[in-house]
Amino acid sequence: MPADLWVLYPLMLRSRLFEEAIAKLWHEGLISGEMHLGTGEEAIIAGVVSQLRDGDAMALDHRGTAALLMRGLDPVPALRELLGRPDGLCGGMGGHMHLLSKEHLAASSGIVGAAGPTAAGFALAANHLRPGSISVAFFGDGAMNQGMLMESMNLAAAWKLPVLFVCKDDGWAITTKSEEMTGGSLNERARGLGVPPVEADGLDVAAVWQAAEGAIQRARSGQGPTFLHLRCVHLEGHFLGFQLIRAVREPLKEMPEVAFPLTKSFLHPSGAGLGERLAGVKAVMAKILATLRDPRRDPANDPVKRARAGLQSDAARLQELEDRIEKDVGLALEAALAETSQ
Amino acid sequence: MREMFFTQAVDDALAQAMADDRRIVVFGEDIPLLRRDLLVRFGPKRVLGAPISESAFVGAGVAAAMAGLRPVVELYMVDFVGVAMDALLNHAAKLEAFSGGKWKAPVVVRAPCSGGYGDGGQHEQSLWGWLAHIPGLTVIVPSTPADAGGLMLASLQHDGPTVFLEPKLLSESCLKFLGSGGRKTVQYDVPAEGARGEVPQKWEPLPIGKAVLRRTGKDVSIVSVGVGVHRALGAVEVLQKEGISADVLDLRTVAPLDMRSLCETAGKTGHVLVVDEDYEGFGLSGEVAAILAEKGVSVKYRRVCTRGTIPYARNLEDEALPNIGRICASAKELVGTSSK
Repeated sequence: MPADLWVLYPLMLRSRLFEEAIAKLWHEGLISGEMHLGTGEEAIIAGVVSQLRDGDAMALDHRGTAALLMRGLDPVPALRELLGRPDGLCGGMGGHMHLLSKEHLAASSGIVGAAGPTAAGFALAANHLRPGSISVAFFGDGAMNQGMLMESMNLAAAWKLPVLFVCKDDGWAITTKSEEMTGGSLNERARGLGVPPVEADGLDVAAVWQAAEGAIQRARSGQGPTFLHLRCVHLEGHFLGFQLIRAVREPLKEMPEVAFPLTKSFLHPSGAGLGERLAGVKAVMAKILATLRDPRRDPANDPVKRARAGLQSDAARLQELEDRIEKDVGLALEAALAETSQ
Repeated sequence: MREMFFTQAVDDALAQAMADDRRIVVFGEDIPLLRRDLLVRFGPKRVLGAPISESAFVGAGVAAAMAGLRPVVELYMVDFVGVAMDALLNHAAKLEAFSGGKWKAPVVVRAPCSGGYGDGGQHEQSLWGWLAHIPGLTVIVPSTPADAGGLMLASLQHDGPTVFLEPKLLSESCLKFLGSGGRKTVQYDVPAEGARGEVPQKWEPLPIGKAVLRRTGKDVSIVSVGVGVHRALGAVEVLQKEGISADVLDLRTVAPLDMRSLCETAGKTGHVLVVDEDYEGFGLSGEVAAILAEKGVSVKYRRVCTRGTIPYARNLEDEALPNIGRICASAKELVGTSSK
């Protein structure tokens, strides 16, 4: 059965509109601390989550809002949670990194790699209590260097647990290029742990859907875990207000306060020899350049636009669909921001 | 005298030490960006980025220290020490005892800590009590830029493993990186004297395990570390107007704990109020009470601590963390209880 873009695109668009609204609330100061959006990973989330059913579980990272919305979580309490309101999903106690929905068997965590053990445990419980159900772990490429995730992949292979290990690979581990800090290949690593890897284009929701379909079938039929390796681009970097992106978007504002101490430090009389110092400067420059060349704002790397392109042949239907979603999201946002009665 | 921000002072003292001692290396996640000023001065062999593998690189830091280096291993936040706890609990802390005192690991684990900016209960913990519980670890929590630099230098010269904690609310760079993200639309209740202040022209190490009195008074002794010290100082201003004066003792290091200074102030006022942003049970506040009891210093005692998981919502968080209102209420209750 091929993926149905008319089903997947609405999930993606709705999630995107919600997260853009969240970004606005964050910029307005209504959200205090860090905010990690999933904008750019919608194809991955939609391609996997759209195939889950009752009894399936999700282990989410610090970027779990999109997955929960696509799983059917009511957006109003979710948004209220992000605003830290007592009528939020978790009473204002958790926030966006710790969204928890027992009803959906979905648990987020702000500890990188924690989705691994959580998904393994959810899958073990599924085997005992909900045969045929599976669990999904969502994590980034940075988490692939975290021991607990590697151990969980081995555990899932050893116990033949029904887990989908979904790596949303954007090439960055916070502000570090993953390739600089990662030995070998992620797919070989998964294979070495007994978890067969499947690679697909994480910007193409139909491709993700297809890759996930096979892996989910494998898991449901007791054949064990699969590693789904999917590349994507985080449109806002690691989190909102990401320093490297600020430096690129507003260099005149951001660079002097970086450049002045940097120059002073480079010219300090005591320290390493010139060669080592230059190597240091080159490392800092490389980081800025990598961000400049980063494909974040190339529309070809936006999975929502990619999915939309596949539907343009029926412009009237598309327009109607988008209008409806925009209206829904607007209403939910209004409801979330409204004062509670009492 | 120079003026510096809190984290700027730590980095400045660290740079001074690195220039003097080639054994000092710095590593952790995103270090090439976060410590870029050290990177361009000391080069990429001594200032290294690490993968998101805390158990590996903290453990490696401990062993590198055993083999002669003086590593400063950075965690993004102390909350993430959970991932690397084995390296501290079962290795760094045990080495000296297991080797019959013949081998030590002079590693400094540097980590931002504590809350006050809305990052939720997995990113805003203090945990110094949990760490200080382990015999063999030195745990430092400075509250001013001058102390932060001086104690960083002391940590680097210390022969055993040290956990050096930087309250994020005092750290200009942490707050910008993890909190505001460059926004002007959010404000945090930053204690000005903790965030920026005078520092010496040349750094000298401060003694580890030596508390300092930030205020002197006669009615009550408020004992604290980190941001709690500044909340206590804020409370003292309010209490003064009501005729209550207080000693404010900044412990500066949780382990070892300066028992002498503690007993002195407690003996003087007869009322001890511990203000601790760390969890209430089985931690620093209880340790203070135990020490006073063991030393036979008879006092009336109260504590204002963090009781449960730190809430994400800013208003709930402000209530959960020690604040001036709670400190004043406890101090008044404490002084009131002894009036005969």
